Order: sequence, then C-alpha cells, then structure tokens
Amino acid sequence: MRSGQQKSEEGKLDIHEYQAKEILGNFGVATPRGAIAYSPDQAVYCATELGGWHWAVKAQIHSGGRGKAGGVKLCKTYNEVRAAATELLGKTLVTNQTGPEGKVVQRVYIEAAEPFEREIYLGFVLDRKVERVRIIASRFGGMEIEEIAKTHPEEILQVVVEPAVGLQAFEARELAFGLGLNLKQVSRAVSTILGCYRAFRDLDATMVEINPLVITKDDRVLALDAKMSFDDNALFRRGAVSDMRDHSQEDPREVQAAEHNLNYVGLDGNIGCIVNGAGLAMATMDMIKYAGGNPANFLDVGGGASPERVAAAFRLVLSDRNVRAILVNVFAGINRCDWVAEGVVKACREINVDVPLIVRLSGTNYEAGRDIIKKSGLPIISADTLAEAAKAAVNAAETAPPRKSGAA
Amino acid sequence: MSILIDEKSRVLIQGFTGDKGTFHAKDMISAGTNVVGGVTPGKGGQTHLGLPVFNTVKEAVRATDANVSITFVAPAYCADAIMEAADAGIGLVCSITDGIPAQDMMRVKRYLLRYQKGRRTLMVGPNCAGIISPGKAMLGIMPTNIYMRGSVGIVSRSGTLGYEAAAQMKDLGIGVSTSVGIGGDPINGSSFLDHLILFEQDPETKAVMMIGEIGGPQEAEAAAWIKENMTKPVVGYVAGLTAPKGRRMGHAGAIISATGDSAAEKSEIMKSYGLTVAPSPSELGATMAKVLAQAGAH
Repeated sequence: MRSGQQKSEEGKLDIHEYQAKEILGNFGVATPRGAIAYSPDQAVYCATELGGWHWAVKAQIHSGGRGKAGGVKLCKTYNEVRAAATELLGKTLVTNQTGPEGKVVQRVYIEAAEPFEREIYLGFVLDRKVERVRIIASRFGGMEIEEIAKTHPEEILQVVVEPAVGLQAFEARELAFGLGLNLKQVSRAVSTILGCYRAFRDLDATMVEINPLVITKDDRVLALDAKMSFDDNALFRRGAVSDMRDHSQEDPREVQAAEHNLNYVGLDGNIGCIVNGAGLAMATMDMIKYAGGNPANFLDVGGGASPERVAAAFRLVLSDRNVRAILVNVFAGINRCDWVAEGVVKACREINVDVPLIVRLSGTNYEAGRDIIKKSGLPIISADTLAEAAKAAVNAAETAPPRKSGAA
Repeated sequence: MSILIDEKSRVLIQGFTGDKGTFHAKDMISAGTNVVGGVTPGKGGQTHLGLPVFNTVKEAVRATDANVSITFVAPAYCADAIMEAADAGIGLVCSITDGIPAQDMMRVKRYLLRYQKGRRTLMVGPNCAGIISPGKAMLGIMPTNIYMRGSVGIVSRSGTLGYEAAAQMKDLGIGVSTSVGIGGDPINGSSFLDHLILFEQDPETKAVMMIGEIGGPQEAEAAAWIKENMTKPVVGYVAGLTAPKGRRMGHAGAIISATGDSAAEKSEIMKSYGLTVAPSPSELGATMAKVLAQAGAH
C-alpha cells in the first residue's frame, strides 16, 4: 500500500545502504569494509578482494527489515557467497516496510563480517513536533526497537539539537555514556554521533539511522547498517545525493508522474482522480469512499495546470488497468477553469479516454470552463458539487464495461 | 474586525517584479489590498505597477511604513527573504512559495525567536494559498469571488480545501471573517493554534472552521487547546481518511510519532475534545450551518 501523505508532505529521496555508508564514512563514521556487486561473479570477486573468513551478502533495496525477510546472508566460503548472490539478485524481497508488492534486488553489498559484542540503535530525524533534529539512541539495538520504545520508553535516550549552534560534543557524550559504553568506546561513539549529525545537516537529510551500531571486542564502534533519506526540496543544492537516486526502487508510475511535475500515488480502487491541491485530492478520495466507491490513485496536478500537464495526468491515470471511471475535480485559484477545461477537452481529443469522465470545476472562471466542456460535444459528465461528482463517478465505475486494450 | 489583515494593512511584495509576483500583485490590488510597494534586489528605484521597488526590505519599510509582506520568491532564496522581512520589523510575513527545504524552515523558525514577543514576526505558510479578510484585503493567491464577508473564521492546511469550505458556506449564505491557509509543509511558520488564539480574540468571528490533513501533531494540539480555552464553536475536518499508512524507511519516524497521525485518529481526537467534525468534505458548509443555528438557539 502506498500513501498520499508521502508525496504531499514528506517528499524524500531514499538511498541504498552502501551509498549511506559511503557518505557517512566521509563524515568520520567507521563501517566494515565492503563492496557493491551487480552479478554473482562480481560478488565472489569482491569477497576475495575484501579478504577475511566470513562475509555478509546484503540485498540492496530501499527498505528496512531485510534481515528478517531473508535479504542478508552470512557466508563462510566463496561458493556460499556466489550462491547467496545468485539467489538474491533479481529476487523480489517483501519486508514489513515494503508493502506486499516488495522491491526487486538489483545489487548486493558484500561486507567483511565482523564479530561484535553489543548492538546499539542510533537514529536522527527531523521532528515535526519540535521542528528540530531529534537524536534517538538505545542500548537495545537490532530489530525490535519500536517495541522497546513502547514497552520501555526509559531505554530510549533522546537529544533535541538547537539549530542555531548545532549538536555539541557534550550532548553526544551524554548519549554515549548513557548507552553504558567504556571510555575508549565513548570517544569513538562521540565521533560517530557528531559525524552523523554533520552529514544530516550538511546534506539536507530528513533521516539517518544506524541499526545496529555495533561494538567490537577490541572496542571499535562500527555502523553495521545505515539508512539515509533526503529532503526532495533541497536536492537542487545536493547534486551528488540526487545522482544516487535509484528509479528501480520507486513505483514506475510515480517516476513518470515526477517527470511531469505531478504528484501521483497508486492505490487499489477503480476510480481515477485528477485534482488540484493535495488536501482537496485527499478529500476527493474520501468523498469517493463515502459515496461507496474506491479511488484508484492520489493525483495532485498542482497550480498552473497546463493542457500538457492535464494530458500527462490522463495518460498516467489511464495506464492503471483497474480504472473504470475518471473524476476531475479542480477548484481554481491560480488555475483558471477555462484553461483547465481546454486542457481536458484537448486531452480527450488526443488520447483514447475509454472510460466515463466526470468533471467538476469550481472557482475562477468556472462558468466559462463548464461552457467549454458543454460545447465540446464530448460525452463528459459535468457536476456542480463534490458530492454530485463523487456519486456520478461511483455510478459510472459500477456500470462501465471492462476496458479492452492496454494502450492509453 | 478580522484577524491578521484588513484594509489598513500596508503590504510589501517580495519578488515583486517577477511573473508570479506581478500577476498576483494585480489580483491583490483589485481585491482592495493596500499594496505599498515591493522588493526585488537590484531593481531598487524602479516603478512597477505604479508602485516603488526597493533593493532591501529595510529601505522599503523606511519609505513606505509597510507592516505586512508576502513572498513570491523561488524556494532556494525564500528562507533568506523571510528572515530579511523579520529583521526589518515586518509583523506578518506570508509565504506562498512551495518547495522550501525543511532545514531552511527550521532555521527560519529559530531565527524568528531572536525577537521578543511583541516585536516577533508571525509567519504564515509556506506552501499555502495565503490570507483573505473578504471585502478588506487579500494576501495570497485566493479566488476572491468565492468568499462572502461574514463571521466564520477558516484555518486550513490545504489551500483548495479551504476554497471548498468557503464556497460551500457562501452557497448557504454564511460569510467569512478571515480565512488563513497555514500550508501543507512539514514545518509551518504558524500553526492552527496560533490562529485559533487570534480568532478567539476577534469580536467579529463567531465560529471557526478548522481543516486538517494526515500527518503531524498540530490538529491534536489545537483540539486540546480548544477544549480548555475556546468559547466559540469549532467545526473540524481532517482530509485523508482513505489514505493508507505510508511506506517508510527505518524506525526513527515511528518511534517519535507513536499515535495520532492518521486522519481517523485525528478526527476522533477532535470529537473527544468537543469539536463538531464534518462527516464528509461535501458537508463542511452544512455542518457549520448546523453549529451556527445551535449556537444562536442558546
């Protein structure tokens, strides 16, 4: 399942573990030695180059919970490395964070496995509530950290960073001592915490998570896993981060949408929605549900909906084979209804819109807009209110015949 | 009365000479807004739409006595523009700009705290439709014809859903004192609570419509305040009841926001604090009409 919330308010870029480790390494965070492989042969070569006796072969997908889902294999021989890479590459991995459709593994990270004594949790997040960076740490690292947070909140250490001065060494030290580390470990953990914070701040991250951060027998502090997400809005000044985008980890329709500056999230209903504004788009989906139907998508065409963008929106919505009707709901502020209506009419003439179309226009120049729709002679159902539009769309979707071809 | 802006507000437009600034400046002026000039660095001394252009906000304030500003400035430079306005002593800054980096907004919010209460700038937005006090002034990009002057305050995260509410109310003969769009970004200049406090104090406002969205703690915080402090009735709605839970990476987000993020949870929280929640987005107006009738009967 995917959510409309993601794009509208938390637009972010995720990267792979090996990329996050490379970034954090540049900020002084220690990680085990590793290398990336795209084929089983490469994987074996990486293992020989890394040396050592044990290797972890780790599926690179944009999700946590990989270990539980069988995406991380501990290998003792080159043959085992080859077998693990062969199994993982090309596999669709379903974790508790990917949703049921899962994510395809296209690269594996080969890492020299290090024995360790303790696992710690370390996370950095932009906290909306306090509008600052919050650091979370716990001496109970590993997978059940959310459970720990609920049942033993006293085991979760937190620091909120004052943005005017940034994270101070004493704050990192308090966390490190709070985790019960010895002196040698503390100084290394402080470097790690400060390094993660600087990476977060300097690269416009929205999340940095090391789970687990491990302590080895010889008192080293290593990031065994690493996750980073970045603020989409800041990518204009973070070229190197932007280049790390991996489209194969994103919904292809969402990628297509982003190319047209549209905000699209696929859902599993049958009424396609084209709306301006994220809030109104969500309300339109709510209204469809309220009228007894199910929305096929969230789509915000944004302000200034040009005919090209409207046409792109239609193509996108129609590419979902489940769609049985389309509801266009535009409340024009920056937009003008006559422009939007012209765009809709033009799209209908260029594209084979093979499902019933319901259009509701309101706001600036709505009379002119409705007039254009009426005079077009196209079989478009006009609605005055949100309730009427939703009802008409649900009706149309129920009675429309199944669609024939796949091409839109 | 109304809140935030009226016909006496002296408005400065930052990013005045750009396409968007020009287009919306004309709309604002025709809506009756007292626009006194604009700022575009490098174009100081010119005249645009018959109004003076300045290089800096400080110069503009000295020359025009402006007390309100609106930014039509590209995302990369907008945080800078907002802080410049705050430093020049502008009391209210509204930012329409969509796409300001979150860490820039974090720094803006911190910067605004440099000034003591009383001298501190109130920011509205970013990524919002603006503010309108119908018949008095409009600061933003709203279609003025859907607003009728009256006594209901609207505060909404979404711009277009705020329009929907105003239009539904107008159809039922219910007018608006002021409508504020606080914007859909993770970090807002001001919150529901900031504006509810102003509406509570405004003698012209008789009731408030509060329109939220999924995500973030603001609606719950505001609802708790309403229960304790607000004497005027509030109608609530939270968009996104059908939006499924989001994908996410890692656990940090889940640890800090354990409860209350979904639309259903927020609606329940609102009800538990005594707000009247509209059953669907097409009944925003009708629900307000009912609440006003009940308030009148008492």
